[in-house]
Amino acid sequence: MNYKTDWVYNPAPESADHVRIQERYDLFINGKFIPSVKNAYFKTINPANENKLAQVAEAQKTDVGLAVRAAKKAYENIWSKMDPSERGKYIFRIARLIQERAREFAVIESLDGGKPIRESRDVDIPLAAAHFFYYAGWADKLEYAFPGRKTQPVGVAGQIIPWNFPLLMAAWKLAPALATGNTVVLKPAETTPLTAMKLAEIIQECELPPGVVNIVNGGGETGQALVEHPDVDKIAFTGSTEVGKFIMKTVAGTGKKYTLELGGKAANIIFEDAPLDQAVEGIITGIFFNQGHVCCAGSRLFVQESVAETVISKLKNRMETLIVGDPLDKNTDIGAINSKAQLDKIKMYVDIGQKEGGEIFQSSCNLPKKGYWHAPSLFTGVSQSHRVVQEEIFGPVLAIQSFRTVDEVIAKANNTPFGLSGGVWTDKGSKIFALSKAIRAGVIWANTFNKFDPSSPFGGYKESGLGREGGLEGLMPYVHLV
Amino acid sequence: MGKRINVQKTYKLYIDGKFPRTESGRYIKWQDPKETTLVNVCRGSRKDFRNAVVAARKAASGWSCRTAYNRGQILYRIGEILEGRREQFMTELTLQGSTKKQAEKEIDQAIERLIYYAGWADKYVQVFSRVNPVAMPYFNFSFLESVGVVAAIAPDDISLLGSVSVLAPIIVGGNTAIMLASESRPLCAITFAEVIHTSDVPAGVVNILTGQRSELLDHFSSHMDVNAVVYCGNDPEEIELVQSNSALNVKRPVIYRGQNWSDKKMQGPYHILETQETKTTWHPVGV
Repeated sequence: MNYKTDWVYNPAPESADHVRIQERYDLFINGKFIPSVKNAYFKTINPANENKLAQVAEAQKTDVGLAVRAAKKAYENIWSKMDPSERGKYIFRIARLIQERAREFAVIESLDGGKPIRESRDVDIPLAAAHFFYYAGWADKLEYAFPGRKTQPVGVAGQIIPWNFPLLMAAWKLAPALATGNTVVLKPAETTPLTAMKLAEIIQECELPPGVVNIVNGGGETGQALVEHPDVDKIAFTGSTEVGKFIMKTVAGTGKKYTLELGGKAANIIFEDAPLDQAVEGIITGIFFNQGHVCCAGSRLFVQESVAETVISKLKNRMETLIVGDPLDKNTDIGAINSKAQLDKIKMYVDIGQKEGGEIFQSSCNLPKKGYWHAPSLFTGVSQSHRVVQEEIFGPVLAIQSFRTVDEVIAKANNTPFGLSGGVWTDKGSKIFALSKAIRAGVIWANTFNKFDPSSPFGGYKESGLGREGGLEGLMPYVHLV
Repeated sequence: MGKRINVQKTYKLYIDGKFPRTESGRYIKWQDPKETTLVNVCRGSRKDFRNAVVAARKAASGWSCRTAYNRGQILYRIGEILEGRREQFMTELTLQGSTKKQAEKEIDQAIERLIYYAGWADKYVQVFSRVNPVAMPYFNFSFLESVGVVAAIAPDDISLLGSVSVLAPIIVGGNTAIMLASESRPLCAITFAEVIHTSDVPAGVVNILTGQRSELLDHFSSHMDVNAVVYCGNDPEEIELVQSNSALNVKRPVIYRGQNWSDKKMQGPYHILETQETKTTWHPVGV
């Protein structure tokens, strides 16, 4: 079958007419939009065509200071003293307004970040609203969360979020912090600031007291200023293990609390008794969801030797049917790579993989001329010591190995400094329990992959991080137990 | 007849279920405040610590796979054996400077704390695990697992109760441990190792070193195969070193800053949680 001629879809673009993007976005401090002290701006572009979307104010150290001061004042005077049920009602309002403006948020998320509209519409935005809704309800029920203890808020939380799920990560961070009575200074990622600024509009509309949520955009220096600020009591960071380690060093000795959601290199394990067609779909979801820009992506595939040939052949066929292109097209499966820097990194690893002797397969899709794109790729003929097996690529690149026995695959799966997630595919229940216990990772998907829910704790073992977000566990990082 | 010559005890390390001398061949002379007794205490080295980590790692999966019931019984057994050794601990605690009354109280509390944690073995997972009502057709549950190998710096000011309070929540949760004993009061910790050794605790689950905190703290907190480091003390520079070294492999630093270990608040399931990980599992519901 010729996938280019026999498997064609007509374009089905989502309209972007209704979306309002301003030319310039300022900092959101103490309930107001204000320019940075240096009047500095950086541009954010659409990675699918490299067109400029907006100018965004770059927060300087002084700006971060202003934001922290506003947060501290709001914490001391208003938010920590407010009746918890009132606090909860504000958070419910945020959830509702996100739901109301879901379509606008979804389009902007895809424009700014490059992810397919299908994902921003069906995953990112609804889950973001659900997170606010979930934690809103906790605000006045905290006495039931930790038996035998009472909770106290921590103070001002400095939150630094990544570019792969911009609004959703903002929701993961903000919702539990606010519900437990903390105030926040949030720093979105440099390449995806827009939905956070839209969220700031919603926060204004909700009449959240000024200073309870402050949003400062910028790069690493802005983040560092936030981490180092003496009046920040807690750091919540999602991003690379390298930066996570730097944060741990920076806050050492300061008494600041912190949670870290860091990198991963998840094993996705397919046994011979698995439902193979479902497993192939799971492999696709595991590695190609959000262009592979997922810390918990199933980037290491282990297939039992007896079915390896079948699975790989099915997988290659399925990869050929993936539609790569316009993120705003409702048929698109794989959108644009988030940034030039990330595309370069992915290409570097693909190059390394080939130089180290791996055999590459890429789907034969046509990639758009403008913008940042990468074809879905897989490596076979690689082993534990290959860098594409060991290191996090954060792109649509899968490394495949085979195995014979259960013990062998457990040893291989755990042979990594990471421990964020893992996948197991088999029809045998006892094998699922054995594997899900043996894999040293915080989230195990059995006969599924890459599922998220606000009530479900998420976070890693080993070098994948410290602490959990989501669920009841997600309250813990934002409270002192007394 | 002259006075009987005492048979004095050689205080050694406890690694992998054995009592070796330190590989360093170095000793610290320890004398009690009244200067009646002089003891040579092993000056544990980096190499001793590394050996202990290997033993603890080897023991980790076996210990974490023991049933909760069995771990509870073994902790209870430690309490039983300690009860039978009261006299020896009385002698050592008073030698270390406690009054008789203080020593008695400390032994009582140490035994009670072991019994207390023994009872938690098959309950903390129940209290702190849950089924999560996800908005999709999936069965989703979260439960606790041991973090792995834990390096612990015991409190300096209280030796027996300090050791028990630090070790019990670590091992009841299925972790294995390497503990650095109190530097100023080392005798009880090594005798406590003898108690552990005779309580059905598998080799390598608990390892106890003596030595200098200033020398070993760096190694305890920087080792790449240690998953958590528990620090008891009040020195800001030491705390910063432990937290900073933890960044090397994102190990979990647990800081007990100047705590009063005889306070009842210093026991409880939240101390077990300090060295636990939450694992969440998803499975589709359907046919």
